[in-house]
Amino acid sequence: MKRHVAVSGVVAVVLSAGLTLVAQTQTQKPYAAPKTADGQPDISGFWSSNTYVPLERPNNVTKEFYTPDEAEAAIKRAAERDAEQTEPGTTADVHYDFTQFGLDRSQSVYSRSLRTSLIVDPPTGKMPPVTAEGQKRAQDRAAARKAAGGQYDRVENMPIGSRCIIMGGSGPPLMNAGYNSNYHIVQSKDSVMILTEMIHDVRIIPLDNRPAPPPSVRQWMGVSRGRWEGNTLVVETTNFNGKNPFRGASENLKVIERFTRDAPDRINYTFTIEDPSTWERPWTAEAPLTRTVGPIFEFACHESNYGVANILAGARADEKRAAEAAAKKTGSN
Amino acid sequence: MQHRTRLTMVIGGVLAAASMLAAQTQAPAYRAPRTGDGKPNLNGIWQAINSANWDIEAHAAGPSPVREMGGAGLVAPGLGIVEGGALPYKPEALAKKKENYAKRMELDPEVKCYLPGVPRAMYMPYPFQIVQSPKHIMMAFEFAGALRTVYMDNHTPEPADSWMGWSNGHWEGETLVIDTKGFNDLSWFDRAGNFHSEALHVVERITPRSADTLNYEATVEDPNVFTRPWKISLPLYRRVERNAQILEIRCVEFAEDLIYGHLKKPGLK
Repeated sequence: MKRHVAVSGVVAVVLSAGLTLVAQTQTQKPYAAPKTADGQPDISGFWSSNTYVPLERPNNVTKEFYTPDEAEAAIKRAAERDAEQTEPGTTADVHYDFTQFGLDRSQSVYSRSLRTSLIVDPPTGKMPPVTAEGQKRAQDRAAARKAAGGQYDRVENMPIGSRCIIMGGSGPPLMNAGYNSNYHIVQSKDSVMILTEMIHDVRIIPLDNRPAPPPSVRQWMGVSRGRWEGNTLVVETTNFNGKNPFRGASENLKVIERFTRDAPDRINYTFTIEDPSTWERPWTAEAPLTRTVGPIFEFACHESNYGVANILAGARADEKRAAEAAAKKTGSN
Repeated sequence: MQHRTRLTMVIGGVLAAASMLAAQTQAPAYRAPRTGDGKPNLNGIWQAINSANWDIEAHAAGPSPVREMGGAGLVAPGLGIVEGGALPYKPEALAKKKENYAKRMELDPEVKCYLPGVPRAMYMPYPFQIVQSPKHIMMAFEFAGALRTVYMDNHTPEPADSWMGWSNGHWEGETLVIDTKGFNDLSWFDRAGNFHSEALHVVERITPRSADTLNYEATVEDPNVFTRPWKISLPLYRRVERNAQILEIRCVEFAEDLIYGHLKKPGLK
């Protein structure tokens, strides 16, 4: 009985979505993106993956879509959490005053969506169960980190983002990174370039159906190959080095991205994650890109990285102080 | 008689050389294929073939700055890319250049994986790719993932200083002209310690000279360091192999121990 009700609910949503679509097609033609001089759908310009929709559906939510009021309330709650980072005396406050520096998500464009999660498949809105191999890999990685010593013992133990090697949102897939989730897309006839603002990470996607390089060539951002399927740019990326594992993926990860400009200010961006050695099944998320204004300034992260040197120097100073205190204590006994 | 024949030959040789020179200075006849918007098509992967990254001025071969590298790290010789002889340094700037050279392993930003700046990025021994659109011409460099955005419309002054500068471009017939300012004073021209201040102003002219080569010229102006503007010129060659592509040189991970190693916990190897 309960199951029957749930199914009816889904049917109702599908029907209402269908009705909306019918209403749209009756009143207006579906949007067709303008073409570039080379005749390709124009997805060029400055875009943001900024959103308040979480990757996975919150535990207390069971439906795929909020009502507009519920969506606004969810955004408000998330915005309040962003603002909390400015609480005086907290570590976060010392690190960044997000709101003051225009870094909280509400101060940029963000995609408007009633979705309760970016993940659209599986229908639960959550990543599929992790395989036994994936679980073992996660344990092995944790053990390797522990064996390497304290996080501030040496630069190699610090997070790769702090070291300006690569940031979480660089992709693929393109994921909102909390702030500066901006991209510049430039199209030529044979290639599409995607610049991720953080941290000037460039991906050039050839469109000529060339094969991926041999498995001995593995990269932080993998190697991407693209093609136009109608109005959709499809990009497949393999050859990851596994050192920046997306949500715990292995180096066998394959990311399939689809870019379809379905409104003047929107690219319907979806990505499918295939990694049978990590998840029991592929999974797909819909994370629209919203048009924003350029330009994107140079993000010289490593060149201005005072953080790593200061953190390591601070850790050494702490150790020295502790050793001196211990010596003093021994001496006074 | 013999003497006269020789003289005639010499004169003939001079005349032939002069006529060759005249042919060279005439506008290049080559007309590049066009992009969809009718501009010369610069798309592709390009690379300089010279030793300018060691020293943009003419130089003989030399030993590796790293003893352990031996012949694998030797300084490759080259006739230089600077037109008209020695760089016109102000006296105090020349002293600084010499100091830079003496301390190059410590001071060269390339060693620390910093963004290479302009024009150095154009003749480092790694390829770069041009992705050309009507509004933006991108140059993506293999070394350190450096990037230049050339704005082809909405030209504005630089909003802030940067390593790679702020580039405004326009077409003059077959030639892409790029005006770049807004540099910081931290990048170098080469491994020999040639340097500039934040007053650096670079005007580049990129002209296709055949299907697979470009003429690259840059006028460099920096009144804080040099007594007059000077010019470099070099060809850029297309990487024609079918599978050519820019790969990642995420340089930082290869220089971290060098930069931060002295701050690691004592006793760690």
